[in-house]
Amino acid sequence: MSSAVAYRLVVGTLPWLTIALLSMPVASGVLGALMPAFGWLPTLGGDHLSLSPWRQLVQVPGLVDMARLSLVTGLASAALALALVVLFLGSFLYTPLYRRIQRWLSPLLAVPHAAAAIGLAFLLAPSGWAARGLSPWLTGWAYPPGYAFPGDAWGLSLILGLVVKEVPFLLLMSLAALVQCQAGERLTVARSLGYRPLTAFLKGVMPGLYPLLRLPLYAVIAFATSTVDVAMILGPTTPSTLAVSVVGWLNDPVLSTRFMASAGAILQLLLTLTALLIWWSLERLVACASRGWYRDGRRQCGDRWLGGVAWLAMRTVLGLMMTGLAGLVLWSVAGYWPFPHFLPRSPTVHNWLNAADELIVPVWQTLSVALIATLVSVVLVLGSLEAETLRSRPLQPWVQVILYLPLLVPPVAFLFGLVMMQAQAGIRPGLGTVIVGHAVFVLPYVFLSLAESYRRLDPRWSQQARSLGAGPWRVFLGVRLPLLLAPIVTAAAVGFAVSIGQYLPTVLLGAGRVVTVTTEAVSLASGGDRRLTAIYALVQLLLPALGFLLAMRVPRYVFRRRRGLLPGAD
Amino acid sequence: MASLILDDLVIEQGQQRLLSLDTTIAPGEVLTIMGPSGVGKSTLLAFIAGFLSPAFRARGRVQLDEKRIDMLPAEQRHVGLLFQDPLLFPHLDVEGNLAFGMVREGSRQQRRARIHEALRSVGLETFAKRDPATLSGGQKARVALLRVLLSQPRAILLDEPFSKLDAGLRDEIRHWVFERVRHYRLPTLMVTHDEADARAAGGRIITLDDGCRVTS
Repeated sequence: MSSAVAYRLVVGTLPWLTIALLSMPVASGVLGALMPAFGWLPTLGGDHLSLSPWRQLVQVPGLVDMARLSLVTGLASAALALALVVLFLGSFLYTPLYRRIQRWLSPLLAVPHAAAAIGLAFLLAPSGWAARGLSPWLTGWAYPPGYAFPGDAWGLSLILGLVVKEVPFLLLMSLAALVQCQAGERLTVARSLGYRPLTAFLKGVMPGLYPLLRLPLYAVIAFATSTVDVAMILGPTTPSTLAVSVVGWLNDPVLSTRFMASAGAILQLLLTLTALLIWWSLERLVACASRGWYRDGRRQCGDRWLGGVAWLAMRTVLGLMMTGLAGLVLWSVAGYWPFPHFLPRSPTVHNWLNAADELIVPVWQTLSVALIATLVSVVLVLGSLEAETLRSRPLQPWVQVILYLPLLVPPVAFLFGLVMMQAQAGIRPGLGTVIVGHAVFVLPYVFLSLAESYRRLDPRWSQQARSLGAGPWRVFLGVRLPLLLAPIVTAAAVGFAVSIGQYLPTVLLGAGRVVTVTTEAVSLASGGDRRLTAIYALVQLLLPALGFLLAMRVPRYVFRRRRGLLPGAD
Repeated sequence: MASLILDDLVIEQGQQRLLSLDTTIAPGEVLTIMGPSGVGKSTLLAFIAGFLSPAFRARGRVQLDEKRIDMLPAEQRHVGLLFQDPLLFPHLDVEGNLAFGMVREGSRQQRRARIHEALRSVGLETFAKRDPATLSGGQKARVALLRVLLSQPRAILLDEPFSKLDAGLRDEIRHWVFERVRHYRLPTLMVTHDEADARAAGGRIITLDDGCRVTS
C-alpha cells in the first residue's frame, strides 16, 4: 500500500535529518572557526595559513585571567550545583518537600537564563531589593553601599547565577535517572541495613545514579564555562570571561580582529574541553578515594546537619530565583523608588505603556522564531521516536552523544564558525538562519522531554489498532498522537521556552537584523534603566510561561469528556 | 469461513526452542493453549497476529482463508486480537471505538446503524456517546469484543481475556464470547492458564511444557 510505503519513507528519513541538524551545524561551525584561527578566511583576505591570530591572541592583556575566570566559575558552579542536588536528594527523596519541589521544576527550568540573571542582579545589587529590605534597620545603610554585585572580581555573582539555573536542570535530569537506577529499591535495602538516609543515598544510590547524570553534568559544565548572556549580566567586566571577550572581538569594527576572534573561539573550545577533562579526572580521583569509604560500614556521616544544610541551600537557591523575579515585577511598575524604601513610592503602569510600542517588533520576532523552531524540532523528534517504535529497539548510545552535541560544544565556538561559513556561502543572515540556529538547541531538549513518555507507551495500543486493520498513519495519527498529546505539548512548551531564552544564536546568526526580547534584555541589563530592563526580562519570562499554561490547558480541554486521558487518571 | 492453519510453527529465542506447533483450527472451533507463564503462549499469539518481537525467531507458515498471512503486515491479516485489558481507546467514545475497526463499506448512516445494532445486542444501546473510562469491567469487555467483531476478522486470538473479570462476570462473558465466535464461525485460538476457561471453550486443549508442545 502506498500510504504504508510513504510512512516508512518519512519515518526512515526523519531520524537522519535529526542527526544532521544536530551534528552538521556544530561540525561545520567548529570547522568554520578553525580555519580563520589559522589565517584562512578568503573573504577577509586571509589566504594563507599562519599563526598570527594566535600570536595576537596571546598578547591580549588579561587573557590568562579571562581563561582562569571562565574555568573557575564553570567548574565551581557545576560542583556546587551537583553537591546541592546530591545532598538534597539524599536527605529529602520521596518526602513531601521533594514532591513539592518536583512540581516547580519544569516551570523553573522554563525561566530564561537572562531573566533569572537579571532578577538576581536586581535583587542582590547594592541598591537592590535585598539591600532595601534590610536597610536601614539591619544594616544602617542610608545610601546604597559600595560592594560589587554583580560584576565582582572573583566571579561569585556569576557562580551564584549559574548555580541558580543549574540546580533545577540537574534535579530534573535526576528524576528520570533515579527511576532508571532503581533508587527506591537501593534505598530500601540500605536503610534496612541500618544506614541513615543521606548515607544510604551516597553509598547505595550515587554509584548507580552518577553514570546516568554524567552527560547532563558535562552539558552543565560546558554551559557554565562558555555562557555569554549570564556572564554579561552577572560576570565581571575587566576582565570578563573568555566567551564574552570573544563575542566582543567578533563584533569589533576592525574586521581583521575576526581572525583573533576565531582563535579565541577555538581557545574557548579547548578551555571547555580542559574543564571536562579536569572534571573527569576528579571523577577518577573521587572514585579511587571512596572505594574504601563504601565498604567501611559507617552508617552515617553527619546526616542531620548535612540535611539541614541541603534544606537551607535548596530553599535559598529557589528563593533567590523567585524573589529575584518578584523584584522584577516591582521594578517594572516602579515610579519613584528611592533607597532604602522597600516598596516603590508610586507604582505606575506608565513604564509598561511607554515600552509597549517598542516591544511589538521584538515580541513578534521572538514568537515567530520560537514557534517555527519548535515546530521543526517536534516534527523531527516525533519522526525519530516513531522510527524507534518501528525498529522496536531503542537508539544506540552514540546517538545519545549526538543528541548532547549542541549542549557540549561551546556555542560561541561553533556559532561563530557558522557565521563565517554563512558569509563564505553567501547566505544572508536573517530570520531563516536564526530559526535554524535555534532549532539546533531546541531539538535536544524536545527529544529528552518526550523520549521517556514515548518509550513507555503500552505497545498493546498500537497492536490493538493494527489488529483492527489500521495502517501505520492511522495508528500514529489516530492512536499514538492522541494518547501522547499531553507529553508532546509539554515537550513543545519546553522547546519553546528554550528558544525564547536563546541569546547568542540570535545575535550571531541574525547579524543584528533579528531583534528578540532576549537580545534586548541582555543589552539593556548593562545600561542604567532598571525599569525598562525589568519589563523586558518579565516579557521574556511571560512568553514561555504562557507556553506552559497552554501545554497544561490544551489536553485538559481536548479531553474534557475523556476521563481516561486527564491527568490524575490511571 | 475458513480454517486457521498453523503449519510447522517453531518459535525460538536465541539458541533455545521455545515452542513448536502444527495444527489446524476449524471454523467456529476454539483451540485452547495452556501452560505456565513464560513458556511462550503470548509469543505464539504475537507471531500469528504479526507483532513478534525481534528477540524471537520464528519458522513455519500461517494460513488463513487459503492465504498465507505470516508474510503480511499485521494490519492486513484480518486476525482479531483480544487482550486481558479491554484497551478501549480513551480518546474516543464507545461509538468511536466500535467504528475504529469497522470496514469502510456502506454509508455513514449504515455504519452507525450497525454499531447501534451491535450495542443493542448486548443491552448497551444508550452507551454510544459514553466515555469508555466510565464503563464497568463487564461493559468494557463486551464493547471490546464488539469492536473486534465489527472489524470482520477471519480468525480471533484471545490472550487470557477473562482473567481480569470478577468471578461472577467471567462465566457470563465467557459464554457470550464463545457463542459469538461459534455464531460467526471464526477459528479461535485462546491462550489461558485458567482451566475453567478451557472447559467452557469446549474445544481441543494443547498444553505446552517447557520447550515443546504436547498434543491434546
